[in-house]
Amino acid sequence: MISMQQVYVIFRKELRSELRTRYALNALFMFIITTLSIVLFSIGSEDVSPNVLSGVLWIVIFFSSMSGLSRTFVSEEERGTVMTLQLLTKSLNVFFGKLLFNFVLLCILNVIAVVLYIILINDFLVKNYLIFTVTLMLGTLGLASASTIIAAIISKANTKGTLYPVLSFPILLPLLLTVINATRLAVEGAFFTEAIGEFQVLVSYFVVIVTVSYLVFEYIWKE
Amino acid sequence: MFLKLLLGIWLTVVIIVAFAFPVVANPQAWYEYPIITGLEEKARILFFHVPMSWTTVVAFLVAMMYGIKYLKSKNIDDDIKSVASAGLGLLFCILATVTGSIWAKFNWGSFWNWDPRETSIFILLLIYGAYFALRSALEDESKRATLSAVYAIIAGVTVPFFIFVMPRIMASLHPEPIINTEGKVHMNATMLTVFISSLAGFTALYVWMLRMRIRLGRLEYHQLSQGA
Repeated sequence: MISMQQVYVIFRKELRSELRTRYALNALFMFIITTLSIVLFSIGSEDVSPNVLSGVLWIVIFFSSMSGLSRTFVSEEERGTVMTLQLLTKSLNVFFGKLLFNFVLLCILNVIAVVLYIILINDFLVKNYLIFTVTLMLGTLGLASASTIIAAIISKANTKGTLYPVLSFPILLPLLLTVINATRLAVEGAFFTEAIGEFQVLVSYFVVIVTVSYLVFEYIWKE
Repeated sequence: MFLKLLLGIWLTVVIIVAFAFPVVANPQAWYEYPIITGLEEKARILFFHVPMSWTTVVAFLVAMMYGIKYLKSKNIDDDIKSVASAGLGLLFCILATVTGSIWAKFNWGSFWNWDPRETSIFILLLIYGAYFALRSALEDESKRATLSAVYAIIAGVTVPFFIFVMPRIMASLHPEPIINTEGKVHMNATMLTVFISSLAGFTALYVWMLRMRIRLGRLEYHQLSQGA
């Protein structure tokens, strides 16, 4: 079974090795800057509808998480530390430790992305911040859960970098469509009750993905 | 051999009957189809398009089922069955997309307009594509079998979300929900018989092709393991 203490140890290990190399943080941060500036250049002085902008925000978030989280498990394969981890702890502890770390990482970067987005793009005015914050939190949870299990799959494959978005996109599409819709509601200034349906989808998506990952992760990890 | 012949004759009759019987306003004779408002002559697509979509979904479920079985048994034969079914699913998925798209051009005026049904079949295509991309990136047999089975399971559980998500994003123009208030296509007995026969024919075709592909997969596997 899962031991909270060991999950926390794995999380600490991830955090420490990330702070040493800062690979994911740097890559994610630079990716956000790059994509945001492309968006800004292409908008120019045009008036863009908030509906389009709420979609663009999630495109930025999706692709930056794809570039930053792909190495979650690949790094273990490359450094040859998979066996050590297998000996030290149960596979599910590893999975939940990594999931926790990815979630924290995505939270930090989504906050940066959203703050920059709101500051830099004048047409993007959020009218209902409650819906927006809840969407962002639940969206990050779902994104972290699906990208962690896909990252585990691709760590065993040959063409790791390109395969990651290809495998993730169909899995993440229901999540992306829902968060884009919820963000649109937040921008339009809808009431909180109108967005409850979206939140239910997001919560159940997270629960379903984590449950399936819980059931199948052992097979990937021991392969 | 006999069954194969029977299947050939069966599907030939279905195809001829689907195109040859006239569509009339008030069907009297046993060989006449009724007019479905908004579809008219174009209603004939449902004899082919619907069974293709049905086979696509069945093939995916079969592939997923054998994937789960493989994870339990670790028997490479289950993986051969799984990939055989997924390959056929991809074939039928492309056929259903193309026929649906051609029909959409004549009924809705454009080949592609992101109707919920079009979006769902597109996602199935993406999943099948990703599944085969993953397989080609894995060389080791047992790795390939395990990871593609896991991916099929993860993809399989996310598909039902589209049933909840899609109607929130856009309204559907697909015949079934818009023709009348009950949301049903009214078929007469003739049409229903041809439709069910076609469905049965396509399912039998799928089973026959699946068995052939499994045999082929086994032969290839043994050839590879002996050749090395």
